[in-house]
Amino acid sequence: MAQMTMIQAITDAMRTELKNDENVLVFGEDVGKNGGVFRATEGLQDEFGEDRVFDTPLAESGIGGLSIGLATQGFRPVPEIQFFGFVYEVMDSISGQMARMRYRSGGRWHMPITVRSPFGGGVHTPELHADSLEGLVAQQPGLKVVIPSTPYEAKGLLISAIRDNDPVIFLEHMKLYRSFREEVPEEEYTVEIGKADVKREGTDVTLISYGAMVHSCLKAAEEMEKDGISAEVIDLRTVSPIDIDTIIESVKKTNRAVVVQEAQKQAGIAANVVSEIQERAILHLEAPVLRVTAPDTVYAFSDAEEVWLPNHKDIVEKVNTVMNF
Amino acid sequence: MFETFQILNEDGEIVNKDAMPELSDDQLKELMRRMVYTRILDQRSIALNRQGRLGFYAPTAGQEASQLGSQFALEKDDFLLPGYRDVPQLIWQGLPLYQAFLFSKGHFHGNQMPEDLQALSPQIIIGAQYVQTAGVALGMKKRGAKTVAVTYTGDGGTSQGDFYEGINFAGAYKAPAIFVVQNNGFAISVPRELQTNAKTLAQKAVAAGIEGIQVDGMDVLAVYAATKHARDRAVAGEGPTLIETLTYRYGPHTMSGDDPTRYRSEEMDNEWEKKDPLVRFRKFLESKKLWSEEEENQVIEEAKEDIKQAIKDAEKYPKQKVTDLIGNMFEELPSHLQEQMEEYKEKESK
Repeated sequence: MAQMTMIQAITDAMRTELKNDENVLVFGEDVGKNGGVFRATEGLQDEFGEDRVFDTPLAESGIGGLSIGLATQGFRPVPEIQFFGFVYEVMDSISGQMARMRYRSGGRWHMPITVRSPFGGGVHTPELHADSLEGLVAQQPGLKVVIPSTPYEAKGLLISAIRDNDPVIFLEHMKLYRSFREEVPEEEYTVEIGKADVKREGTDVTLISYGAMVHSCLKAAEEMEKDGISAEVIDLRTVSPIDIDTIIESVKKTNRAVVVQEAQKQAGIAANVVSEIQERAILHLEAPVLRVTAPDTVYAFSDAEEVWLPNHKDIVEKVNTVMNF
Repeated sequence: MFETFQILNEDGEIVNKDAMPELSDDQLKELMRRMVYTRILDQRSIALNRQGRLGFYAPTAGQEASQLGSQFALEKDDFLLPGYRDVPQLIWQGLPLYQAFLFSKGHFHGNQMPEDLQALSPQIIIGAQYVQTAGVALGMKKRGAKTVAVTYTGDGGTSQGDFYEGINFAGAYKAPAIFVVQNNGFAISVPRELQTNAKTLAQKAVAAGIEGIQVDGMDVLAVYAATKHARDRAVAGEGPTLIETLTYRYGPHTMSGDDPTRYRSEEMDNEWEKKDPLVRFRKFLESKKLWSEEEENQVIEEAKEDIKQAIKDAEKYPKQKVTDLIGNMFEELPSHLQEQMEEYKEKESK
């Protein structure tokens, strides 16, 4: 076991899979010699060579097309989109093409592609770096969307993503890259895609979240415990498809729920979670399911992140509303 | 620079002896056979579309030399990434005719390429096939295969970002790709002059630092020779080539309501009909005593018979069910699709 940050765990997962499977290819803008703008691919080109880990021209759409073409030749591409705000350039390759390939070819072709991309606020990035756009890709049939919140899960989920024979969008929250260390096994292991994790058990209210907001939920839960409120915190880990069973089981126990996301209210995937709960557990609810989200504006100018991004205080407030409904 | 490469003129005379490709008499006849067959396929497809027996169809008449001359230069294991008008190349590369009809009708089996056919189904998003081709070609290079990836777009498609990105990526990686631009003068109603101020489309290759060739797209020998040249370069590790074929579609853009009389004059149609790739190649073959009216009629009859059988086969192919569509989404169905699969299985069992 080693103490790792999330970024180290991610590098470790790619190293593991580059070693395990010669078809794994890692490429993108500055991922080669430079080791990535966040050092996520540090040392990989030295270890595995330029044939396996390589730079591309600066064109996201081209990177998407490259991945699709390489997949037809039996490779297992792990492309990087430098920041997920740049996904608009490659929406067709992701949602219009790779997500549909198995279906459109009736299974003749499939796309074992893992698109890695950083996102997320709180680190004062310039425009269109931090935007939470998981809601866009979560709406595309044919994709799975994974968002880890801890180093341990990042490694296990990324190995699962790379081994998956269908496209996976793997979103890495920038604020979580180096914010804490955790014990991460050096050997290979997997964390199942599509399975949520109960990060904290509780009996009064269920907090459902993902990404950096998981940690805000945990902080809020700790604070609320002092006031005698026992919150259960669910980390979705995969936002498409969502783990309905874990959510419903928890809501049936607590009878109250709040869904927490960093994305704007009209974006993200919280509305989907609310719908599933009301379709499947409405008779178990003591109060409506409320959402904690960012306001429906364009992502904040960096100096306004603090007042704009949802935080643990917003969560406590919303839980109080639900408890006193 | 970027002068039009031609071997056969409108009268069927060889005007560029040095460039004459090495093709046997049988190969020359086969080329003619395919062009005639494809012209009939176009006529019958339009008729079947009008009867409602086919769905989406983009006419091909006029582009036989461009489509088949280039495909004729390929090997069996080369990878084809066609656009929506490039069904003939798929057929001659190995897609059964009834499946091409199923593609037109909107049935997934039409897209299930046979295992021995290296091809994607016709791409509807103009330009997407170009960036994908760069990836296929890079994959071949990494595998050390002596094959090429070949793709097609139209004149309008050269304005897309993916067009530039595709040729630029293939150039940067020196990947074995052949990019064909079939310039038929119009993107639906928009003339090629409105796409760009560039004098040729072939010169767009300069932006990627790769070789560009403009070829008479009504001259099957010139298209074949240019593609063969590009293929030889590609497998020799010399990188991609952009080929612009100057061609024309005699029919509408698609059978989905386009009316070419709104944007094309009769004079223009007549002028291009004089350049008909079948007419000039027929003259050439007749001068070499390699082609007769009898042979041509035989091909026409054969095509009509094949088409009749293929449309029957397409029509009796099992209808699609929602459970088929769900089943084709993932290798392993996620929970929400398992749930929906059960739902539809029950509906379908009633």
